[in-house]
Amino acid sequence: MTDLVMLLTVFVLAIFVGFEVITKVPPTLHTPLMSGSNAISGITIIGALILAGAIDSPEISKILATVAVALAAINVVGGFLVTNRMLKMFSARKK
Amino acid sequence: MLSQHIVNIVYLVAAVLFILDLKWMAHPRTAVRGNRAGALGMALAIAVTLLSDRYDWSYILIGVAVGSVIGAVAAMRVKMTSMPELVGLFNGFGGAASVLVAGSAIIAAVASPTADTGLQMRIATVASAFIGSITFFGSYVAFGKLGEFLAVKWKLYTWQKAIKYGFSLAVAAGAVAYAVMVMDAGWPAYAIAGCGLLIAGVLLIKKERFPGMDALKIGSAVASIGMAVLVVMQPENTALFWLLVVVAGVLGVILTLSIGGADMPVVIALLNSYSGLAAAATGFVIDNNVLIIAGSLVGASGIILTNIMCKAMNRSLVNVLFGTMGPTADTPDADDVYRSVKSTSADEVAMLLDGAQRVVIIPGYGMAVAQAQHAVRDLANQLEARGANVEYAIHPVAGRMPGHMNVLLAEADVPYEALVEMDDINPTMAQVDVAIVVGANDVVNPVARTDPQSPIAGMPIIDVDKARTVVVIKRSLSPGFAGIPNPLFAADNTLMFFEDAKKAILDLVGAVKEL
Repeated sequence: MTDLVMLLTVFVLAIFVGFEVITKVPPTLHTPLMSGSNAISGITIIGALILAGAIDSPEISKILATVAVALAAINVVGGFLVTNRMLKMFSARKK
Repeated sequence: MLSQHIVNIVYLVAAVLFILDLKWMAHPRTAVRGNRAGALGMALAIAVTLLSDRYDWSYILIGVAVGSVIGAVAAMRVKMTSMPELVGLFNGFGGAASVLVAGSAIIAAVASPTADTGLQMRIATVASAFIGSITFFGSYVAFGKLGEFLAVKWKLYTWQKAIKYGFSLAVAAGAVAYAVMVMDAGWPAYAIAGCGLLIAGVLLIKKERFPGMDALKIGSAVASIGMAVLVVMQPENTALFWLLVVVAGVLGVILTLSIGGADMPVVIALLNSYSGLAAAATGFVIDNNVLIIAGSLVGASGIILTNIMCKAMNRSLVNVLFGTMGPTADTPDADDVYRSVKSTSADEVAMLLDGAQRVVIIPGYGMAVAQAQHAVRDLANQLEARGANVEYAIHPVAGRMPGHMNVLLAEADVPYEALVEMDDINPTMAQVDVAIVVGANDVVNPVARTDPQSPIAGMPIIDVDKARTVVVIKRSLSPGFAGIPNPLFAADNTLMFFEDAKKAILDLVGAVKEL
């Protein structure tokens, strides 16, 4: 159970860090914040990769994980790219 | 193969990079760097995961290739006006990925003789499936409402029909096919088929609200809890797991369906938060810190945005999720309110702008729909060349997602210093010579200040009515999302310019040039 307590500790502390950091984001950047945080939530891809590549798992487990890999990859790749596209518009005002 | 210690240290570096990403988002100058830091963190986490063990690469490569191509194409091609739809869709993918990872993990764990399905894993699997499924189905509904093909009565385009009927058909067929496969499981099989058909059917209804909705909401919430307990008790029965997923799906659909268009910024922010929490729950399933940290950062971000949006509409979250926003019984009659409306033309407004020192532009969803942001920027440039000071007043819930207007104006090269927040512009509104409202309605309705009985009473608004002259560009006098008339349109200092936002602004640009 100590493992679980460790994970819970990390969870709670990370939420506090999140609150502290994100309160400082100005409304102008709220849309890129959302798409950027969306890309970060694509971190599920780590779990999906481990399960999709597991050597001795049942086939069905691997197939489900593969679909998850694809969906999470859409989030990661699409999320970071579209955020970059938007943020460049905000900084590209040197005429 | 890397040792687990090295893997964990790299995960820690990735987590720090995610935090820096969000920290650098605090200013437009550093935000690009922040986003790159986040992408680097993600790349490191993925790379170290793939180097940490021996894998069967065939599935991994297929998944990564398909997802990366779709993601890249979507990111490059999406129009800035469609950002709410894209973010809504991405939220849903995150939720679905969490459900599938949880399902895959529990199947693998049950099948393996060595892996243990401890209480932590079971509870985390249930949480991941529950939150993930609500996120997925809720996001689909949000996407459908933003794309204006769900819960509407009008005729749909072919692509809208394809998505609407295709999705319903897929859910129904998938649920029934699975139920037939697991017929031996007994009642859960029937229940899965039933829930699938229910979701498919509800999504075809052409109204936001229908009788029995509240019962369905409570029923699916209670059933979800019951199923969650059953899955924890019998993880080896996968039919129960999928039943939990579809029951939570019913809840996700109903919760989002009843929320009106005006509340979309809240919904998108809330689903963003859920997608993060689902990822964090997945972290508990596979005992992985980086998932927990990244997931909770996103969860916190979504909750903060949700809260800001709720405040900007003077509504509680509970009220958004369960309440309605519509005309109350004693809403004044539109004909009475609009008796003294004055209509104007491009030439007249141009003359007015000729002598104006200080001009404020108030954009709303109408500007997004008409794609008028570039024309608006041209007009502002013209006026500035003639010596006027032009600013943009941004209401927090203008548009369909937090920061929607800011992105559109940034796309049109409007410097972000020219965008002023509601609280900063309101005290100086009386010194404004001309306020130009482009496709906004409820967020400039003075009734919010004056009539405590109104459905928008107490909602913070941009006080354009205090400006010396107000020009409202709007196609007609039709009400906004709140469904109430706006006395601003008939005020003594208001001129109505009835035209599509883009055409109106282009005409104005032409008229100002000829002065």
